[in-house]
Amino acid sequence: MTQTPLLDLSGLTKAYPGVVANDDVSLTIAPGEVHALLGENGAGKSTLVKMIYGLVKPDAGHMKMFGQPFTPTEPRAARAAGVGMVFQHFSLFDALSVAENIALGMENAPKMNALSQQIRAVSDTYGLPLSPDRVVGDLSAGERQRVEIIRCLLQEPKLLIMDEPTSVLTPQEVEILFKTLRKLSAEGTAILYISHKLEEIRALCDSATILRLGKVVGHCVPRETSARDMAEMMVGKLLQTPMRAGKTPGDVVLELKNLSARSPSAFGMPLRDISVCVQAGEVLGIGGVAGNGQDELLAALSGEMLTAPGMVSFKGRDVSLLGPTPRRSMGILSAPEERLGHAAAPDMSLTENAMLTAAARENLDRGGMLDWGAARIFAEKIIEIFDVRTPGPGNAARSLSGGNLQKFVIGREVLQRPDLLVVNQPTWGVDASAAAAIRQALLDLAENGTALVVISQDLDELMETSDRFAALNEGRLSPPRPAQGLTVDEIGLMMGGAHGMEVAHV
Amino acid sequence: MIRLEKRPQPSRAFSLATPLLAVLATMFFGGLLFFALGKDPLASIQTIFWEPLFGEFSFFYRPQLLIKGAPLVLIAIGLSLGFKAGIWNIGAEGQYIMGALFGAGVGLAFYPVEGFYVFPLMVLAGAFGGWLWAMIPALLKVKFGTNEILVSLMLVYVAEQFLASMSLGLMKNPEGFGFPGSRNLQQYASAHNADLIAGTGMHWGVVAAMIAVIFAYVLLTKHRLGFAIRVTGEAPRAAKFSGVNPTRLVLICMGMSGLLAGLAGLFEVSGPAGQVTIDFNVGYGFTAIIVAFLGRLHPVGILLAGLLMALTYIGGDIAQSKLGLPAAAIQVFQGMLLFFLLALDMFTNYRLRLGRTEAA
Repeated sequence: MTQTPLLDLSGLTKAYPGVVANDDVSLTIAPGEVHALLGENGAGKSTLVKMIYGLVKPDAGHMKMFGQPFTPTEPRAARAAGVGMVFQHFSLFDALSVAENIALGMENAPKMNALSQQIRAVSDTYGLPLSPDRVVGDLSAGERQRVEIIRCLLQEPKLLIMDEPTSVLTPQEVEILFKTLRKLSAEGTAILYISHKLEEIRALCDSATILRLGKVVGHCVPRETSARDMAEMMVGKLLQTPMRAGKTPGDVVLELKNLSARSPSAFGMPLRDISVCVQAGEVLGIGGVAGNGQDELLAALSGEMLTAPGMVSFKGRDVSLLGPTPRRSMGILSAPEERLGHAAAPDMSLTENAMLTAAARENLDRGGMLDWGAARIFAEKIIEIFDVRTPGPGNAARSLSGGNLQKFVIGREVLQRPDLLVVNQPTWGVDASAAAAIRQALLDLAENGTALVVISQDLDELMETSDRFAALNEGRLSPPRPAQGLTVDEIGLMMGGAHGMEVAHV
Repeated sequence: MIRLEKRPQPSRAFSLATPLLAVLATMFFGGLLFFALGKDPLASIQTIFWEPLFGEFSFFYRPQLLIKGAPLVLIAIGLSLGFKAGIWNIGAEGQYIMGALFGAGVGLAFYPVEGFYVFPLMVLAGAFGGWLWAMIPALLKVKFGTNEILVSLMLVYVAEQFLASMSLGLMKNPEGFGFPGSRNLQQYASAHNADLIAGTGMHWGVVAAMIAVIFAYVLLTKHRLGFAIRVTGEAPRAAKFSGVNPTRLVLICMGMSGLLAGLAGLFEVSGPAGQVTIDFNVGYGFTAIIVAFLGRLHPVGILLAGLLMALTYIGGDIAQSKLGLPAAAIQVFQGMLLFFLLALDMFTNYRLRLGRTEAA
């Protein structure tokens, strides 16, 4: 590669109080190159792309674009220079149409008609079918991502940054996205691709830069490096694969019969006629694209959402009308996906957050009076056993990193010896070694006779932990199938296929 | 450039220091205000804060501190429970009036029968009246999703009309020579909320306020309900996940704040005020909102804030009569206190950074 690199970063450093997010980071991206940025949570990937996108100003170091100094002071400047970014979390207004949403993000947006034309043209060219007139609230997660991608493509970027784009897609949709990205790359658009799904990176990317604790620890060519080697470079130590022993499932613990319920939130997904059994010692993995009823299913099991009588039974007893506290007393525990604000109260201490769900089972509530001493001891136990990195149980939940808080939240439920544990995205945003520890803890529970429902969008995780696998699609649950021997294609079809996407007309 | 940066943890030091800093800032800027009005700022501040406690006539003013402080603390304690959970009862003034009317009504109904049971029955009726008035916005909220701020506030004006009607009609003193207002309960021994120790201002309302402070403290730190209140305020979804029933919590919090406001009204009408009159209410229900926040929604803080607020009331009256400060200036002064408190409160969660600008 003798041509001028499209983007050349040298010695970028950015420190926040108490932490150096990026330390002397250098990398180059050639035009048309698909470059992966790898690293655990907190490795500094986000900070680095925020600097490129003009959201954060580096303390030291230089950026060059096509050989010219590049110092974007705000995202607008970065966009003008040809940098587009698709964020992991969408910034779309549910109540507006696709075209209106796209117009909002543009300087000098053209007239609606002209814009709709452009949207159609781009979506045709890149195989991203999308009607400009549809209301975003009605779109699936995959379709919303297309809105974000088209928004970027309309500005004809030279560099497209994608932050964990496949976490909301089915395998088929991922394949289509990759075709789009490959077409862009063939046209000379460079792509900076952030992900921790190593097999995807091996399939898509030309080169990879690996970050650990803010420093570049290595470059590699993904096609020639095994996923395991890349993972170990990210973590900096050998990985342990969760172990499970063969076992025979016991009695039926959870039985759902024709579970149907409206979603409590306006743009939520109703549950439709879900019937399934989970036996003691068994792990039921539930896959599916985000927003297909995962939150609602967890709420219906935890007791946050009550359903009609007879729909939810636990050990043969109808619990449909019981709230979270009586269900916990019986042994039904759960850990929702959203850590801050749902599984934990951000501004409260870990001791108080331990009290949040453990009051009944850990005997912390004595006739209404709370035993804070015992809650503190329980919090310390979680911190120790689950290796939660924090100065102590008096610290606020929000002061913990995402992965550490997740370990705390899962640990809090696991240590209460559940008979049924329901988890949603148990390792979302958790680094590889912590994720392995959490999965191991879940498998150990199953080993001891707990029935588990693991809801996740990470298929590798589901395959690693589940005995049986089912997929949620539009609030319906597919019939569960033994997880062993399922192929990715079969799983994709269970998840609802490609949601009407088509391949780019290359 | 100055910018604000979120602290990883709320600062405990700032949380404790904020009320003190707010009082100091209010003294300073209030002094400037008084100076601009042509008064000696130091003398004005001294009159407001020093005179009632240690001045020439402090023997008269000190009991006033308890008399004015007690209803403020009693109401503010009740409000703080709701405020902590994000339930905004702004209508304590109305609940205070209804408590007074219900309580006085029972007392007047028994007149002139003497009996030990009269006053306790009045207390129950007062609490019931306040509770009932607070249940209206509470039930409308849980049944129809109405905004409790608006409904409870509007009901204050309904209660005021009720008060006017009562003092001119049903409860009017038949031996009052046509003057508006009820019989004076101070002259009806069984119904009189007299000083427990004569001349101290220490009546049953003061006792009730002290009990409320201790009760709220234990509730919030030790009891399941207090924890439910705090979690709901911090993270409603997490509260629901932990098993808190939001509907029940609204009813309980609104009910408790109405009950305590009703009690405050009863103790006032049967004690210091003595009778139901058109202008019986003097705004304790609204001032208590300031007291609740000035005390950082903490029971002990509210106790101190209630006394401080009572002090500025009494000191403000003295400053008006002695120095000729306009009443409006005193109100501005009290408003400043809340303003500085809320403004400085931000530093509990944020810190000031001097330095270069940076997006995000």
